[in-house]
Formats: sequence, structure tokens, C-alpha cells
Amino acid sequence: MYPDDFHYTKDHEWIQVKGDEATVGITDFAQSQMGDVVYVELPKVGDELDAHQTFGVVESVKAVSDVFSPVAGKVTQVNEGLNDDPEVLNKDPHSKGWIIKLKVKDKSELEELMSASEYEKYLEGLEE
Amino acid sequence: MKYNSLSQNDKKEMLKTIGISSPDKLFDSIPDDIKLKKDLNIPSALSEPETWDTFNELASKNSPETPLSFLGGGAYLHYIPAAVDYLSSRGEFVSPYTPYQAEVSQGTLHLIFEFQTMICQLTGMDISNASLYDGASGAAEAVLMSHRIQRKPKILIPKTLHPHYRQVIQTYTKNLGLEIQEVSYDESGQMDTSELKKKLDKETSAVVCQSPNFFGVIEDLEVISKLAHESDALSISVVAEASSLGILKSPGEMGADIVTGEAQSFGIPLSFGGPYLGFMSCRKDFLRQFPGRISGQTKDVDGKRGFVLTLSTREQHIRRERATSNICTNQALCMLRATIFLELLGKKGMREWAWQNIQKASYANKVLTDIKGVESRFSGQIYNEFVIKTEKKWRQIQEELKKKNIVPGISLEKYYPELKGCGLVCVTETRKKKDIDTLAEAFEDLLKS
Amino acid sequence: MIRERLIFEISDEGKKGFSFPKLDVPESKTVTENFPLRDEIKDFPQVSELEVVRHFTRLSQTNYCIDKGIYPLGSCTMKYNPKLNEKIAQIPSFLSSHPYSDQEMMQGNLKVLKTMEDLLAEVTGMDAFTSQPAAGAQGELVGMMLIRAYLEAKGDPRKFVFIPDSAHGTNPSSAHICGYKVKEIKSNQQGTVDLDDLEKNMNEDTAAIMITNPNTLGVFENQIKEVSDLVHSQGGLVYMDGANMNALMGICRPGDMGVDVMHLNLHKTFSTPHGGGGPGAGPVGVKSILEPYLPIPRVIKQNNHYLFHSDYPKSIGRIHGFYGNFLVVVKALAYVLSQGPDGLREVSETAVLNSNYIRKSLEKEFHLEYKTPTLHECVFSDKLQKKHQVSNLDIAKRLIDLGAHPPTMSFPLIVHGALMTEPTETESKADLDLFIQAMKQIAKEAEENPEVLKSAPHHSYVRRLDEATAARNPKLRWEP
Repeated sequence: MYPDDFHYTKDHEWIQVKGDEATVGITDFAQSQMGDVVYVELPKVGDELDAHQTFGVVESVKAVSDVFSPVAGKVTQVNEGLNDDPEVLNKDPHSKGWIIKLKVKDKSELEELMSASEYEKYLEGLEE
Repeated sequence: MKYNSLSQNDKKEMLKTIGISSPDKLFDSIPDDIKLKKDLNIPSALSEPETWDTFNELASKNSPETPLSFLGGGAYLHYIPAAVDYLSSRGEFVSPYTPYQAEVSQGTLHLIFEFQTMICQLTGMDISNASLYDGASGAAEAVLMSHRIQRKPKILIPKTLHPHYRQVIQTYTKNLGLEIQEVSYDESGQMDTSELKKKLDKETSAVVCQSPNFFGVIEDLEVISKLAHESDALSISVVAEASSLGILKSPGEMGADIVTGEAQSFGIPLSFGGPYLGFMSCRKDFLRQFPGRISGQTKDVDGKRGFVLTLSTREQHIRRERATSNICTNQALCMLRATIFLELLGKKGMREWAWQNIQKASYANKVLTDIKGVESRFSGQIYNEFVIKTEKKWRQIQEELKKKNIVPGISLEKYYPELKGCGLVCVTETRKKKDIDTLAEAFEDLLKS
Repeated sequence: MIRERLIFEISDEGKKGFSFPKLDVPESKTVTENFPLRDEIKDFPQVSELEVVRHFTRLSQTNYCIDKGIYPLGSCTMKYNPKLNEKIAQIPSFLSSHPYSDQEMMQGNLKVLKTMEDLLAEVTGMDAFTSQPAAGAQGELVGMMLIRAYLEAKGDPRKFVFIPDSAHGTNPSSAHICGYKVKEIKSNQQGTVDLDDLEKNMNEDTAAIMITNPNTLGVFENQIKEVSDLVHSQGGLVYMDGANMNALMGICRPGDMGVDVMHLNLHKTFSTPHGGGGPGAGPVGVKSILEPYLPIPRVIKQNNHYLFHSDYPKSIGRIHGFYGNFLVVVKALAYVLSQGPDGLREVSETAVLNSNYIRKSLEKEFHLEYKTPTLHECVFSDKLQKKHQVSNLDIAKRLIDLGAHPPTMSFPLIVHGALMTEPTETESKADLDLFIQAMKQIAKEAEENPEVLKSAPHHSYVRRLDEATAARNPKLRWEP
């Protein structure tokens, strides 16, 4: 379910790093909690983000949720496709439903995040 | 008179089900030291006929005879078609809650959708909400909205904006660090555009413009919007006399970005100032910053057309402190009245209505200013209100005409100390030629003496 | 059933639903020469009067309403709206009063406002009221503005407002518009404000706490005195959301619990109709320390004579175009005068009795997250039905089939899958039993035939609507 090459946050974002660039999205658990996503507010390319900083908002019919940047970095790309087709976030949260790409400032920040197995354990704790 | 429906037997049975002996026990969770140990000190209960009498007695303390009135200033006397009262008093419209459960609220949601459509058609905008409290708070909401979009501290409001609207804007914005600057008027009674140019700068979020303005003068919204846009500010159009939308170029056509105002003219009685009907519409780019409830079209599981309250994530019950407004309950029943009113008048009726308002006011303006001692204060084009000036204090004129049971209009000195001896006279389609002539004669008599 | 079309779809050129008299003044074609005139209003309706009457009659028949049946929306207090009050509000002298009329000629109207403000002060134990706010949310906003103005006058408006996690969404929103940051205060296991959490957070940066009592669980905040003493000890003020005042009339008064400012909803507690979403009224009551800050104009009585008075230099200013929703105040006053002191007490007693009867009757079938005693409402959840994949939404929609309006859903946020149920005092036992039986049937169906719930409602004018599509591709107006 949760790809092994991603890192995860307690706020249910994922981050996948390739070289200096990282892709960020929300997890399958997050999308299932939100329900039908109807709108995604995206940041601007070039925005500088701190770790844990809000960079966007995901809205479903009945809920609004901030999205936080797992690590510090500069936004290099945003998923414009979400403007027309926000339901991709529900259908394919870990791939086509990515939200932004970042140029990562300090890779050591990744160490503070959870691995797939840790995240799955974390979710089990929440279900109780 | 009590409106409860339980018999003594019912109560006994219910207490038994709950497992307690007396209803007092139901309040055991309230600490004894804050319980009220005496009866409320209010008058004893009245029966239905007694209550009815009490209110007729209260009402009779108002002036016994309806005067011949030329009062306007944001509250207008228009004829209300009988079907408006008849349909809007149906229990199915009066007694439901906000239409959260769409499947059993299609009537309300459907008519909101029609209202939104007609407000868009009238104002030349893309989207409309389901209503706001009134024109004054609508103006304040529009100012807050422009600030959310623009994030710049300055808002320009003209002195020709209804004084109460200006006050409400001040109240709403006081704690948010906005700087509200006023722009004066010129000899035409319009916003002074040279002063506007001077005050407009890159720090300005929006320029507000009421047309027809508080003096009844039609503003040049096209020029004002253009100036606003040149400074990267939004143009907010305020319409306090909504009947004017039937004939004047729509604010949208004249460059407005947000249109708001008071739709009391659409079938809502004067009612001593409320409940009235605030409305708001805007360009679709601003949808996410738009306050208030919105009905949207969709389909049910069988593919049938239906309507729901939509885009609720903007609202307080979901977004809480980051909502676009704290508004919740608004003016649905007044909105229903307006919807019925507009559909009865229809395309041709709206124009005829506005045309008659212009003609009557124009005639009244002419016969009054033909009188020696009465002059027009402003040179601008007027809709259904106008400002006249006499040598006497307006208060004195009011007192004299009161003896003839005529109310000549609003004294402006209270709001504009510089407009001594000036009054705002409103003439809607409800005033007959003989009413206008009666007013003119009264002025003539008064100024002769 | 006839599928009602949009008015635009039955419109046709030249049809009229109203005619104006012939213009009786000399017509001038030239007067509008320099006006910015519009073209005809594109696609505006053109229909006959009969078509309008049928249209709205049919539309009305697709609405559920309090005149039709039980409407147990928690915290909304959907009680019966006495017809006398509607008749009173139609008295021509009230309807035709222009707000700019000479005050001498409006003594009856002014007396209505002043009388109501005085009676509300007595019912709540506050010192003064304003009836200007047009709705509860506007009342809240006024209340928070008063607090800010008062603290500013003392030198520091402060930064934070505390709001319990069970609060209505308007609370944080209103605090925000007043320039305050919101700090959420946790509820304890009884469902009331956690005094320890409050104590930990309380300091001189705190302007106020906004508290609802009884809170949105229907639980009386029994430590309200301790809460207000704590907040007062640090110079803060206590705001009470009076949305749930229907539980307390004649029983106890916010003014005796340390509350400094509160609002009431006349369209809840005082029986004025909700109108499908307004107009309501949200009068605000204050203790004397806040009175100088109340909105202007205020109604005062001098030598048996009523007048509007605006000379209050500390006032927060004007909040409404005129004097608020006057006709709503008229109806609410008629209600209070009809009830008297005994009647109001009986209202609250019966509201609490009805609610507890429902609670007791359904406590086996539906989970209660908090076992604390409740007053006028109680909050069930879908926890037991979730086992069968049935949610509160399914329960709500099935109730529609069974002839009752659903309770408030998914609120308060601290109860997952909430069904917040408030029957009010006006329901008959037969209608309470109808609701109880319907809920019991639903609990049974959840176990035996959950599909019937998940596909509900089955018999309404429309069935479940696609809200996601409505929000993703907003269609907010008709277009040809």
C-alpha cells in the first residue's frame, strides 16, 4: 500500500526524493479520511518553504485540510492537473495525485520522517 | 398562551421512562448556587386575544395616519404584488431550517438558484450568493473580501455612499488594520474623481462606489472602475436602490469586480428598517473568497436534476476562523420575496418600473425647483431621489409640513454639516401626480410666508 | 410528481405577471439622454402570475418544514412558530414604518424595541441589551467587538480568545474578524471545558473565553463559575453563546454565572420562524461594564417617551443599516408576552424532558459518546452502526423516508459521526414516538439490511445528490 521509497509525516504527507528533487503529496489514508476531494490550492513555483510550513490546502465537500511541507525547499513545479481534475487525489494519491515538486535544501531533515512500515504502524495506532 | 403539546399523562409516562419522579431532577446537573430561586420578573402570560390587543395598542402609538411620505435614503416604498405576500407566507417556506438536508429542501435550494441567476443577470456578474443581512453589512463584507483578495491596507469609500453603510464598514474593519479613507463629492453630487485619483495608490485594495448614490445621483462607475483598475485596485459597486438595475447599465458592464447592495425594493416592506435583503455578486475568479451561502446544481443518483448548498468549505462551520465570513443564518425568506417579485415583474416590468421611478422623480424635481426659493443642490443625473435646498432649515420645513401630514424627505445636515437647508426627496412609482403636486403646493405656501 | 422546471425554462417573450398603471406625469423621453442605460436584461424571466403561483406552490411542496413534522436539529431549536406572531407582524403600522420616520411618530416601534431589550435582560440576568444584530453570528461579532473595545480602553486589547473544541464554527470565525487568535480548549471526559487545560493556558494575553452553555453536547458547563472566576482573575472576559438558551429559561441565568456578554437567537429560543435560512435576530446582552460600548443607535426611555440616542462616544458604532430585524423582534416580543414567567420556565422544562425521553428511549440502539446528563439536546453517534458500514449520513437520509427531519449531523466535531438531537418543547408525544420508532427501525435495518440505509432516501423528490460534482464543477446560475 505505502511505497517503501517514500518518507511520511504525521500529518499524512509523503515525500519521494530523487537526487536533489523531491515530490510531495498526501497519503492514501489522508485522501480516504477527506472523502471526495473537490479543490486543491497550490503554491507558486519559486516559493521557499520551511519544514512543516503550510503550502497548500486540500478541500473535500465537508472538510478543509492544510498540507505541510515535510522538509525545507524551493517549489520547482506544481501539479496543475489538479485544478481541473482534483479527484486524481482520491484515485491515485501516491503517483498521479502528487502536489508539488521541491528542490530539497537539507536532506538530513528526511531522517526525522517515518518509513513506510513506521507509517503503517502509526496508522494502526490512530485506528484504535 | 402555551404552545406545548404534552398532556399530564404524557409527562407522567415520559418521566417514568426516564426513571425520575419529577422534572426538577432533570436539572440536577446545574449547581444549586446558580439556580434561579424566584420567578422571572416579567409580565404574566397573555392569551391570544390579549396579546393581539397589546400589539394593536402598541402599533397605535405610531402615527395614527399614514403620512404622504417622500422618504428614501436606502429604504424605498414600492408597490408589492399580492402574490408575493400570498406565496411567501406558505408554511413550507416560512418554517424550514437552512437547507442542509438537500433531499427535503429542494424548494428552497431551487429558488435560491433562480435568485442567484437573476442577481447575476441584473448586476452583470458571474456568481451570486443566497443573501446577506442588508446593504450596509453587504458593503462591509465586500470591503473585507477585497482585502482578502488584494492584501493591501487602504480602502477608498466616497462620501456619497450611504452614511450608515460607511459607519458599518468602519465598525466591521476597525480591528483588522484597514485604513478607510473617504473621497469627497463635487458640484454634480458625484464622487470627486480628481480627489479619487490623488488618493488612489498601489496600497489601495478597492474603491467603493454607490450608484445611484446617497444623493440620488448616478455615478460614472465606468470611469471610477477604470481609475481603480489602473492602480490595481478592485471596483466595488454598491446598489442601495435595486430597482435602478432595471434600466441602468449593469455594474458588471461598467467594470465592477464585486457588486453588493440592498434589495429591499424587491418586494420587501419598509418594516422600520428590517428585515431587509443584502445581496452580493462577483466575477468568478473570486469564488473562493466569496462570503455567504450558495446553491449549486447537480444530479441525484437517478440522474435527476437537484440543487445543494455548495462550496461550503469557504464557510465558518468548516473553515472556522479562516472562513470568508462568519455569516450563517441570513435573510432567506426576504430572498424568497425578492425572487417572486422579480419573476412577476419580468423583463419588461423591470424596465417599466425603473422608467416610472425616473419619470416621477424627474417631474417632482422640476415642479419643486420651479418654486421660488427652492433650488437643486447638485447638477448630476438623478434616478428617483434628489437633493433640494431652501433658505429655511430642513427641520423647520419638516415640522411645518407635518401639520399637513406630509413628510418631505430626509434632512442631510446631520450627515453632511455643509449641506445646510438641504433635504433628500424620494419619489417612487407609488407617488401619484397629485401627491407630487400636493408636496409642491405645500412648499410654495411655506416659502411664500 | 411533477419535475418542477426552472422559471427561465418556462419563460417566453411578452408574458407578464404584473402590470403598472399608466404613467400619470408628463413623460420626458429626453431625461435619460445622458444616462448609462442598459440593453434589456438578457434572459430575464417572462411568465404569467398563474405560472409564478404554480411554480412556487410546487416548489414549496418539496420542502420539509416544522409545520409538517418533528425537526430535531440539535442547537437549532426548531420549535413551532405561533401563527399569532405572524399575524401581529403584519399589522400595517409596523409594516409601513419608514426607518427615517420622525421618532415622535414611531413611539410604538421604539417601545417594542425597548420592551424587548428590557425583558431579555431580565430573562438572562444581564444589565442591558441591543436588538440591532441581524442574526446570531452577527451578535457574536458584536459581542467580541465589545470585549475588544473594552480591553482597548483599558490599554491592551490582548491577543487570544479561548474557544472549547465543542464550539460552533461561528465562534472562531467571529473572534478572528475581531483581530483575535483562537486557542482551542479541550473538553474533559464529561464533555465540559477542561479547567486544567484552561488554567494552564490562561494568562494576561487572553482577552476572553467564548463558551456555549449548555454546550453543544447538551451538557451544562457545571464549572461555569470556576471558569469565569479564572478568566476574570486574569482580567479577561466571558462570552456566552446563547444558542442553547432554550434549556435555561426561568431555571438559571447567564448573568448570575459570571457571563459578561452573550447573544440570543430569537429564531431559536424565541420561536420566530427560521424562514429556510433567515431572517433571524441576534440581540446582545451585556453587564454594565460593557454597556458604554454597545452599538448605536440605542433606544432609551425618557419621561415616558422613547427615543433613539447615539451619543455614546465609546460605542463600537453601527452594525446594521438601520435598527436590526425589527419585525423579528416584534414576533419574539409577542412570544415572551404570551408565555409569561411560568410559560418560559415550562418551555425549558418541557424541552429538557422531551430530549431526555428521546435519549433514554434510544440509548440501547445508539451510542452516546458522553454519558454525562444532558439538558435540551443529546448527541448520539453512529459508532454501533459503523460496524455494519452504516454512517450517520445514511441514518439521516433514511429518517427522511420515515417521516422525520434528521438531527444535526457531524457536529460537534468532538463526537465522530454525531447525530445531535434536539426535539424542543413543542413536540407532542406522538411525534416524539414517531422519531424514536424510526430510529429504532433504522438501528434494526443497519443490522439486517444496511443497503436500504445506504441507498436512502427512497421516496423523496430527489434522492441522494452528488455534492462532489457540485463543488468540483460549480454550476451556480442558469444559463441558456
